[in-house]
Amino acid sequence: MEYANIILFFAFLALGYGVGTYLEKRHYRDIEAREKAYLNIPIVTMEETVGYEQEVASANLVSGSVVISIDYFKRILSGLQMFVGGRVTAYETLVDRARREAILRMIENSHGADIIENVRVETSAIGQSANRKQAVGSVEALAYGTAIKLR
Amino acid sequence: MQLTNLQTIPGKDIVEHFGLVSGSTVRAKHVGKDIMAGFKNMVGGELKGYTELLNEARDEATARMIQAASAMGANAVVNVRFSTSSVAQGASEIYVYGTAVRVE
Repeated sequence: MEYANIILFFAFLALGYGVGTYLEKRHYRDIEAREKAYLNIPIVTMEETVGYEQEVASANLVSGSVVISIDYFKRILSGLQMFVGGRVTAYETLVDRARREAILRMIENSHGADIIENVRVETSAIGQSANRKQAVGSVEALAYGTAIKLR
Repeated sequence: MQLTNLQTIPGKDIVEHFGLVSGSTVRAKHVGKDIMAGFKNMVGGELKGYTELLNEARDEATARMIQAASAMGANAVVNVRFSTSSVAQGASEIYVYGTAVRVE
């Protein structure tokens, strides 16, 4: 019976590594394909409309958000990486995926805008580890901006 | 009601300011969704239940802000900002605020 916990731990570790890595790669492929498709829409963080104020047909607030969780293997890996210090690569991909996905969803929610202005991206830790900064289990990324359609 | 997070509404003039309007809501996660999220925590990836939950919360907070703005006689809210904070374990507060204006 003493070994049951250890076996379970390694089973979760293997499951997290195998399925987690596969899902992450698939998600990255999806993100890259969609980013390529939306390359023609300028996403800017500036507030001013320069040179086309007279041509604006509509301006609306749009947002996109996503909650992404880390897998079991990376949770253990991040623990080790934090112990050693330096780069915590386990979390880098987590927040990167969340932000890029949120920005893509914002573009998709804008339904054919010509430009998205004053884009803001914010991230917050949610879920079981909401108030424990040392154990970020899942992050929410929110991207919002003003979608401008030109005449 | 027109919302932007710019200083103005492009192509229109602000004729009257009404000041700050805001809306907020606190949402706790659903037990069923939480169990699903527990499974998803093993393999990682998107927690769709939470994404939906926060989107609904954001829509509600925005609706409350719009209600406050229209009560003042505004027809637009400019410089809208969103913020999320965890007030307790498993509960998130969504806060939306902006400046209510009348545009022509």
